[in-house]
Amino acid sequence: MSYFFDTASQREEMLARIGVDSVDDLFADVPERFRLEGLMNLPEPLTEIELQRAITEQAGRNVGPNDRVCLLGGGVYDHFIPAVVDEIAGRGEFYTAYTPYQPECSQGTLQAFFEYQSLACELTGMEVSNASLYEGGTSMSEAAFMAVRVSGRHGKIVVLGSVHPEYRAVLKTYLTRLESTLVEIPCPNGTVDPDEVAKAVDETTACVIFQHPNFFGCLEEAEAIVEKAHEVGAMAISVFDPLSVGLVKRPGEYGADIAVAEGQSLGVPMQYGGPYLGMFCCRSEYVRKMPGRLIGTTEDKNGKECFVLAMQTREQHIRRGKATSNICTNQGLLALRATIYLSLLGPEGLKEVGELCLRKAHYLADKLGEIDGLSLAFDRPFFKEFALKCDAGAEEVAARARAAGFDLGPRFQRVTADDDVNGLSGNSLLLAAVTEQRTREELDRLAAALR
Amino acid sequence: MRNQQAVQLISELSQAGRRGTEYPSGDIPERPLDELLPKRYRTDSPPLLPQLAEPDVVRHYVNLSTRNMSVDTHFYPLGSCTMKYNPKRHERLAKLPGIGDLHPYQDEADTQGMLGILFDLQQMLGEIAGLPAVSLQPAAGAQGELTALLTAAAYFEDRGENRTKVLFPSSAHGTNPASAALAGFETVQLKAPAQGLVDLEELKKHLDEQVAVFMITNPNTLGLFEDQIGDVASMLHDYGGLVYIDGANMNAILGITRPGDFGGDMMHYNVHKTFTGPHGAGGPGAGPIAVRDFLGDYLPGPIIEESTGDDGSKSFRLTNPTKSIGRVRSHFGNVGILLRGYFYLRTLGAAGLKEVSEKAVLNANYLKALLKDTFPVPYGTICKHEFVASAKQLQKERGITAMDIAKRLIDYGFHPPTVYFPLDVPEAMMMEPTETESKETLDAFAVALEKIAAEDVEMLHAAPHTTAICRPDEVRAAKSPVLRWPRNSG
Repeated sequence: MSYFFDTASQREEMLARIGVDSVDDLFADVPERFRLEGLMNLPEPLTEIELQRAITEQAGRNVGPNDRVCLLGGGVYDHFIPAVVDEIAGRGEFYTAYTPYQPECSQGTLQAFFEYQSLACELTGMEVSNASLYEGGTSMSEAAFMAVRVSGRHGKIVVLGSVHPEYRAVLKTYLTRLESTLVEIPCPNGTVDPDEVAKAVDETTACVIFQHPNFFGCLEEAEAIVEKAHEVGAMAISVFDPLSVGLVKRPGEYGADIAVAEGQSLGVPMQYGGPYLGMFCCRSEYVRKMPGRLIGTTEDKNGKECFVLAMQTREQHIRRGKATSNICTNQGLLALRATIYLSLLGPEGLKEVGELCLRKAHYLADKLGEIDGLSLAFDRPFFKEFALKCDAGAEEVAARARAAGFDLGPRFQRVTADDDVNGLSGNSLLLAAVTEQRTREELDRLAAALR
Repeated sequence: MRNQQAVQLISELSQAGRRGTEYPSGDIPERPLDELLPKRYRTDSPPLLPQLAEPDVVRHYVNLSTRNMSVDTHFYPLGSCTMKYNPKRHERLAKLPGIGDLHPYQDEADTQGMLGILFDLQQMLGEIAGLPAVSLQPAAGAQGELTALLTAAAYFEDRGENRTKVLFPSSAHGTNPASAALAGFETVQLKAPAQGLVDLEELKKHLDEQVAVFMITNPNTLGLFEDQIGDVASMLHDYGGLVYIDGANMNAILGITRPGDFGGDMMHYNVHKTFTGPHGAGGPGAGPIAVRDFLGDYLPGPIIEESTGDDGSKSFRLTNPTKSIGRVRSHFGNVGILLRGYFYLRTLGAAGLKEVSEKAVLNANYLKALLKDTFPVPYGTICKHEFVASAKQLQKERGITAMDIAKRLIDYGFHPPTVYFPLDVPEAMMMEPTETESKETLDAFAVALEKIAAEDVEMLHAAPHTTAICRPDEVRAAKSPVLRWPRNSG
């Protein structure tokens, strides 16, 4: 095996130095009755050539974006990734490094994370960011827990029905054995009526969680929602789209206390669902209650400015059973990708990508809206994604699109267990997302195929 | 020679008017922005991102990369982290068209190749664990712990049992108790044992019908195999409790023994450690779990199921176990990392995996033998894939701490071992050479350590001497945190 070094003679030298006769003697502490007889039942090993052939063959059984135009949404998008992102993130000095426990050996990574935190604060208009969490759904759950510990309210966690169904499912799982109850507000019109928020909250409410733009693609009345949350002293948690904020108001602008996001849009490949980038930002007064890693600046013993893991003693490292989050890792490589992506785009690029998505999505929505049997499910402003109501059923329409070379979706039925989505029949609803990668020719062709 | 510009922040390199990407102009009819996005939703203060040309960005981050130690550039014996070589073939294969670019909401019929790979991975992880039911969902080891504990809780609840306690030894990873607390359990830490292994008498004191789970790492964080694990498991099982194996140290026992065979009921893998997903400077990892059959119904979905058609053809679909605890993350799991684990398993096969552990254990014991006179290892005679040496003697005699040694090692071109963990060993230096290091490297590392032990004390206190920075003030970073650049520097 090409990953091993030792030769037979070296092995003998090593065993002699240890003072044993065989490698087997080094496993004498594993009781005989637990020792495997023979080998495990695994497939035969493959050389690099054979493995490449096998995987290429499997890849051929998948239909990728090269085979079909991707208009799938639901929190994961086919955005363009500039070559520089892959090139830098593919450098072994970054991707084969580990957690920067020894700052002298890791200034490159530490500085990149510090830059990520700064850029994330820019995107959100918040004061602090951590160096990333797993992905959007778990970031949202961590935000809810933080709201509970900041507010000291263990009663209600209020979440809108327009928040990604899978994120809500994750939150529900995380809350299984904890005191707080989850209250969901239906959004039959695609967005919430802020009065419904006011009715749902009380002084036991730790937080109100909303997504903006939401799972249906619609823009919520963010200011009003935040106001209703604040009226009872609850925190407002915004799940935002990091690619929207070149155009759409940033969470800090509408008064959110915590902003979380799925950062996949920022230069992270789709990879069939992960790994992705959980973003987490908040106001500086909560910094000591934040989950995850933080990178800070300091001086070294010679007065030189440098970077370190800051406040390492929080959370599970010291508090163990009292810890309120078990997170000990981050998504460093993906935070690096986002940092490079944002550095390349700059303020103009971010605005341009946002505008291209917005314009193209509206172009397609108009085209599809003209077709008999198809209509926009919600009459609300949207950004790059919209929900279609399909009289023939979402499955039927998605199948027709697929036959014409387009992936549309997801069908709501695929992501929610309920037949009823906020009062609408789940099996008639279909999402469509349009990124900067789509061309007018493609969108026209899709409309023609569904006509 | 260092490029001094690299130490500037990317924001400080910004020049108004530069840009690093361009987008095609809109090929669709122009409409006023106000019609598409009413003004009240639009930002008044867009993000102040830095403005750079593409070469600015490339030079900045390539230069930053040179300020890192990594497995590709250095020996990285960071104990408990399993910093083994990350095969380059994995990077290429994970990015193949039809592999790295699939959307999680594609139709199952269109992702049969991917589902087939992930199904095979489920099977292989079940086999290596000796625990047949597998969920690939958890995004990291710590999330695997939480997922397994919620799975156990659902199982007990289903049986009408109200079990409130989770036990763990003092050497447990910090995430064990944190995960137990998050899963709503009371956490109970056993007293530190005299011999580095779990003390059965101490365990007995805490056992009753309230105990849900005992969490244990095996081999443990001292690098020792818990040879009484069979008794530990029987004791737990006698009271109806479950045994959780923290799989962080699986690299020592692949193909030798299996958690399911020595009494574990549940475990998580750290795919990025054992199966070479690169650590990415802290992530992403992947933390799939394997459990006994009777716990399989409670696992988080989606799980991949195989069915065979009348013509013998296989197809795969995503399902949710009948009594599932629900999702623990959105979409499927950290597929990109899981794939790297799959490639590794397919490359090595059963014999290769066994060899991995044999060589990892040989390397660890060899290094331990080289160092034993200067850096005694207080617990155990043979170790598994890692060992915890102590610099206590040097500290007493010469005033040299484990941290001094760690910092000085950097000057010699080695990444330091893990220091001051586990807490049970004074001046702990936890070393894990892994199987992908040569005898020459281990010899050179040992020589460096021997030299350091004899070096001038004042010089050691001032180490490292060759790096751009030296011993940052971490207290200051915690006391008055500066966590971002000033807003006007963009």
